[in-house]
Formats: sequence, C-alpha cells, structure tokens
Amino acid sequence: MDQIAAEKEPYWSPKNKKLLTDPFSDDNPITIQVLGVCSALAVTTQLKTAMVMAVSVVVVLVFSNVIISAMRNTIPSRIRMIVQLLVIAGLVILVDQVLKAFAYDVSRQLSVYIGLIITNCIIMGRLEAMAMSNKPSASLLDGLGNGWGYGVILIVVSFFRELFGAGSLLGIQVVPDALYEMGYENNGIMLTSAAAMFIIGVIIWVQRARNPKLIDAS
Amino acid sequence: MDLVNIFIKSAFLENMVLAYFLGMCSFLAVSKTVKTAIGLGVAVIFVLGITAPINWLVNTYFLKEGALAFISPSLAEVDLTFLQYIVFIAAIASMVQLVEIIVERFFPPLYNALGIFLPLITVNCAILGGSLFMVEREYAFDETIVFGLGSGFGFFLAIVALASIREKLRYSHIPAPLRGLGIAFIVTGLMGLAFMSFAGISL
Repeated sequence: MDQIAAEKEPYWSPKNKKLLTDPFSDDNPITIQVLGVCSALAVTTQLKTAMVMAVSVVVVLVFSNVIISAMRNTIPSRIRMIVQLLVIAGLVILVDQVLKAFAYDVSRQLSVYIGLIITNCIIMGRLEAMAMSNKPSASLLDGLGNGWGYGVILIVVSFFRELFGAGSLLGIQVVPDALYEMGYENNGIMLTSAAAMFIIGVIIWVQRARNPKLIDAS
Repeated sequence: MDLVNIFIKSAFLENMVLAYFLGMCSFLAVSKTVKTAIGLGVAVIFVLGITAPINWLVNTYFLKEGALAFISPSLAEVDLTFLQYIVFIAAIASMVQLVEIIVERFFPPLYNALGIFLPLITVNCAILGGSLFMVEREYAFDETIVFGLGSGFGFFLAIVALASIREKLRYSHIPAPLRGLGIAFIVTGLMGLAFMSFAGISL
C-alpha cells in the first residue's frame, strides 16, 4: 500500500475513505488477502461465537494497529515480530479480562477463542503490511475496515453453518418441528471445518462473479 | 518402533492441515506454485522441528506445576501454566525471526516469493498447535522431536500436494470467478473430507 501522502490531507479524503471501505469488497482480508482463515473455520459453527469473535478482533486490530504505527520508527526491524506479538498478546489479555468482568457467561463459552486471537494472522498481517509503514490515523481506519471486512465473512459463514448444521440461529431453533417430522435432517457435514471451506469458496465465487476485475488471471 | 509410529501418525493420520485445518492462511496463499510451496514447507518443518522441543524444555522445567522445584523446594507449588500461550509464542517468534534472517540472506528469490507469509509463520496456528498438542499428549522429549518433525513433514506434503493440484487446475475448465483462490478453498475442503477416512485408524 502506498505511503499516505501530504500532511494537510483532509481526514475524509477519498484515499482515507478507501482504506475504510476497501476491505469490505475489493480487498477483503479473508477472500482476497487470505488472512485469518483458521479462526474463520474454528469459530463459525455458531452465529453467536462468530459475532463476539468479530467484535473482539476489531478491538484488538484497531488498537494494535494504532500502537504499532505510533511506535513504528523506534522498533528495530530485527526484533519487530516479538514486539508486535507482545502488543497483540497484551491487548488480547485485556479483552479477555474485560469480557470476564462484564460478560462472564459469554467469556466462559469463548475463553479458548479469545486466546486464539493472538495467533489470528489477520492482526499480524495488517501490522506488517500497514502499521509498520503508515501513520496512526491511517492505520486506525485500516484496522476498522479490515476488522469489519473479516467480521462480515465470519457472520455470513456462521449463518449458513448454524442454519443448516443445527437448524437454529443464535441458539434459537428456526427450522420448524414440522419439517423434521417430514424427514428433514440437520446436515452434519456443516459442522465440520470442510464445510466452512466450501462456503468461503462459494463466497469468493459470488464476489468475483460480481466484480470481474478481482478474477485471478493465472 | 514407537517413534516411527508417532512420525507416521503426526504426518498422515493427524495431519495438521488436512485433519485439523490448522495453518490455513499460508497453506492457501503460498500454494500457487510447487516451488514456493516447497520453500514454505521446508521452513515450516524447520520451525516446527525446533520450536516443539524448545517449548517442551520450557514447559517441563519452568511452566508445569512443580517444575520450579529444582530451584528451591519452596517453589514446588508454583504453577505457571497460565503463561503457556505467551511464552510459547515468544519462543516461536524468535525462531521465525531467525529463519527470516537466514532466508533473506541466502535465498533472496524465495524471500520475495513468500512475502508477508514468511513472518506470518509465527502466527501459523499449526506451529502453536504443535506445541500445545505436545503438552496435551504428554510426549517425552525424544517423542516431541519426532512429533515436531512429523507434523512439519505432514504440512510439507499437504502444501506440495495442493500446489501440484493447483498447477494442474490451471488447464481445466473452471468458471472464471472460481479460478485461483476459490477453487483452492473447495479443493482443500475435499482433501480434508478424504482425510477424515483416517479418523478411525489407530497405530
């Protein structure tokens, strides 16, 4: 990505707006940049966990982007990964503690996933690609945009997986009992990681069909 | 014999990528050509083969409950397991940084081909997964070395297999929007389903 140019650029210049909106479509972290796929497979069996995960990732991504971007000129490049990971780990522990304090039930269901944000490559990927070479203000927008771009995919995938795999949404049964009596059965394969791969594959297909300039030439 | 079993098990039956779906990001992004896939595969074997034993030592002598007893008997009660994540990841990060320096110095074309996915080996869940599985399954030290190398080898095989399939797919009739990444996701899902058939086998 280019260096953000002049100092006096207005905050909502087209370039900055692009930072915020691109990750939703043309530069989506999961479907275009291929970042954060593992967690997209792990947390999307239920809509609820996917939503909490999305929010937590946005928080950690925005703050770590801003912090690393503010420190970018003082981090020696030889040990930058360790510095980045310490910042990420610190923020993740903070999010974990906040959830424990204010939403204990959710935190108990999610404890493992929250810890796994540390190894979510979307965060380190954005730190490497954006925060290490851009100003904090631009990195903030980039963090917000990529976080939500990631969250949107998570929510779409978990919607289909929970609907077809468990017949419910947000834990509430939506497939009527009458349908089960007629012989409908939940699709067990939707609960495996392989199904998430298929759904993301189809999302990529739809996205590129709508926007031919994203098509992989090779 | 036991060690051979662990190697085969970690490379095939419990393949990090295709059985557990760990380490997907770099697996999908760097499998465009066989050449870069081999480069990343070797890097992962190296990192997993080294970090698993290192983390075993750290876990056994510092983190496990009662592990600090060798310093002074009064520390026998101390349990530092809650530090596992952060300590393991710090060890991994330093090893990956080392690999990056070596690759940048001696194999510049590979360094450019791997791009951002070389530093991202740090947060490749297969690597952290290796260390966590090693603790969970209570391997001994020699078993851990074999397990680390075996899992790395499994990743190597899987990524080379996917890269070969993708090179072939370039000549097949796939709808244009599905080409490249889209079909890679679906192929990986199918490979994962195939690996489920290993699930019942015990060695």
